[in-house]
Amino acid sequence: MGILGNPELWVLTVAMSVPIAYGALGGMFSERGGTVNIAIEGMMLTSAFFAVVFAHAGHSPWLGLLGGIASAVLMAVLLYWAAVPLAADHVVVGMAVDLLALGLTGYLLVTMYGYNGTPVSTPSLPTWHFPWLSGIPVIGPALAEQSVLTYLLVPVLLISWYALFRTPWGLRLRSVGENPHIARSAGLSVRGLKLSGVLISGVLAGVAGAYLSIGVLNSFTADMSNGRGYIALAALIFGNWRPGGATLAALIFGFATALSIQLQGTGIPDNLVLTLPYLLTVVAVGGIIGRTTPPAADGLPYREEEEF
Amino acid sequence: MSHSRVEGFVRPIVLVLLAFLVSSLIMVATHYSPILVFSSLISGAFGNLPNFGSTLVDFIPLAVIGAGLALCFQAGLFNIGAEGQFWMGAFAASIVAVRFAAMPIVLHIALTLLAGTLVGAVYALLPGLLKAYRGAHEVITTMMMSYAAIEFGHYLVESGPLSMPGAIPQGYPFVASASLQPVIATTQLSAAIFIGLGAIVAAAWLLYRTRLGLGIQILGKNPKAARVSGLSVPVLTVLGLVISGAFAGLAGGLQMVGVTHQLFDGFSDQFGFTAIVVALLARNNPWAVIPSGLLFAALDSGAQAMQMSAGIPVELSFVIQGLIVFFVAADRLLDVARRKNWLARLRGPRVPAPGVKEVG
Repeated sequence: MGILGNPELWVLTVAMSVPIAYGALGGMFSERGGTVNIAIEGMMLTSAFFAVVFAHAGHSPWLGLLGGIASAVLMAVLLYWAAVPLAADHVVVGMAVDLLALGLTGYLLVTMYGYNGTPVSTPSLPTWHFPWLSGIPVIGPALAEQSVLTYLLVPVLLISWYALFRTPWGLRLRSVGENPHIARSAGLSVRGLKLSGVLISGVLAGVAGAYLSIGVLNSFTADMSNGRGYIALAALIFGNWRPGGATLAALIFGFATALSIQLQGTGIPDNLVLTLPYLLTVVAVGGIIGRTTPPAADGLPYREEEEF
Repeated sequence: MSHSRVEGFVRPIVLVLLAFLVSSLIMVATHYSPILVFSSLISGAFGNLPNFGSTLVDFIPLAVIGAGLALCFQAGLFNIGAEGQFWMGAFAASIVAVRFAAMPIVLHIALTLLAGTLVGAVYALLPGLLKAYRGAHEVITTMMMSYAAIEFGHYLVESGPLSMPGAIPQGYPFVASASLQPVIATTQLSAAIFIGLGAIVAAAWLLYRTRLGLGIQILGKNPKAARVSGLSVPVLTVLGLVISGAFAGLAGGLQMVGVTHQLFDGFSDQFGFTAIVVALLARNNPWAVIPSGLLFAALDSGAQAMQMSAGIPVELSFVIQGLIVFFVAADRLLDVARRKNWLARLRGPRVPAPGVKEVG
């Protein structure tokens, strides 16, 4: 019981969950519009790098956040262009974006900053303090002092839910993900809606990336996202493509990561704990516990009639 | 027919050249000479015997996994967890190679590779069953199981049963009867290359010369036709994934007995992921996996040499590889270019050629 009562575990859980949650919420907008997004990983990594570049060059972490988001959105545009107008396989294009991001950021890291890493003078985003929360036992410290992006997640989650389920745009986006041809005959701009979903995924993956490099730290290292984008995808699926579910799954996966870190050196194999999020997702997708249902037209190519 | 066959050869080449062109622009923008980069890549990959040897060493896993994936992709099944199946194959191989007493080398190698192949196949069985009987998308299940296998591998070499006591996380070195020695001195190239080429031939034979292969092709082209003609779609689905898992597992075993002779954390250079691209560039034809695998092996091993000889960051090779994948995936770009006559704008007016519909 000792380890679960350790506040450090919960501080880490929150820290580990935040980028996964942003990534999963981003992926949700893309996939609800029918575009499978395994490029979250690449967008995150791109943003993590350019957040440092802009934060350092502009002497402002906020500029870094914006620059990171912009770079991730550019990657999102690349995904959209290949996946929707060119009707390429979404998974393959997503892999291409991931590989490209890994190469570009690693390459630019060396060409711009040499082999000594990004500048130590890079500013990081502020941490907010809520001392009155720290009185809560065990989880208090995890809530009282976190990066501003952690607190921003709460309104982002609420807005995501509202936008997806309570606005005309959200209804249209979902209809495009379920059946683009019916959406089209109802007079909707299928491509425009798909583009909006993919762009939002770029923005949120961009926030996740900036969190990694300038949210807590102030530096970028090669392959910094380290598979978190894929975990975000797993969280999205585990959470059944819903904002609350995806965020809850991100917390569970963040907890597994935090637990594995806390278990290091205790004799309990921490790597085995890390396999749990992945295996849980397999179990969920296989319908062994519960059942997940993706948007019906997720990943299917969409071609408008005039193109045939 | 002949037109589309020529097209089938020319298209991948045009797409790769396009990727080279765009990466050249990136090099120019970052003040590297594309000529220097490509010449150091080529000489790094093929320039001398040791370099060519290490290219072939990288070629083996890429082509063996790629050949199995080509078969699986032909069935319309997108196994993207070959990396995990490769790792599982390597674990199984190391157990047989380390735990079994010394025996005749042919027997020990055969048993080791068999263990790798079987375990790789079994690891792809669950995604196959979930796809066939529960409709679970294989992209998600294979990907998740792949990451689980990699974490499991870290456990095995860091603190698990395969770990050798000591500061460095690694398994026990293989006994001599489970290790293939280099056939060319100064390289790591062993007889594994012949076993690998044999595996490619086997994949091509399975796909093009057996009833199973025919069933796989029909399933991939038209699942309804497969069902109507009395083929069992669930059985073909499971077999398609299991066979690709077997090839990935065999590649894992080959990597162990042929190259590393020991299990350790970084034994895989993302071969299972790159092999996906190798199969796609080969348009899921096991024979075409040979040139395609050679290209990616050259980009991998050439990049290492390029960094050492010319000081050009090795990451540039990932940029080139990412662009190749991108253009191969987005190959309808060529049709759009033709329909909108992009070339004609450069060369003067021309009658637009009818767009050739691609299969798959």
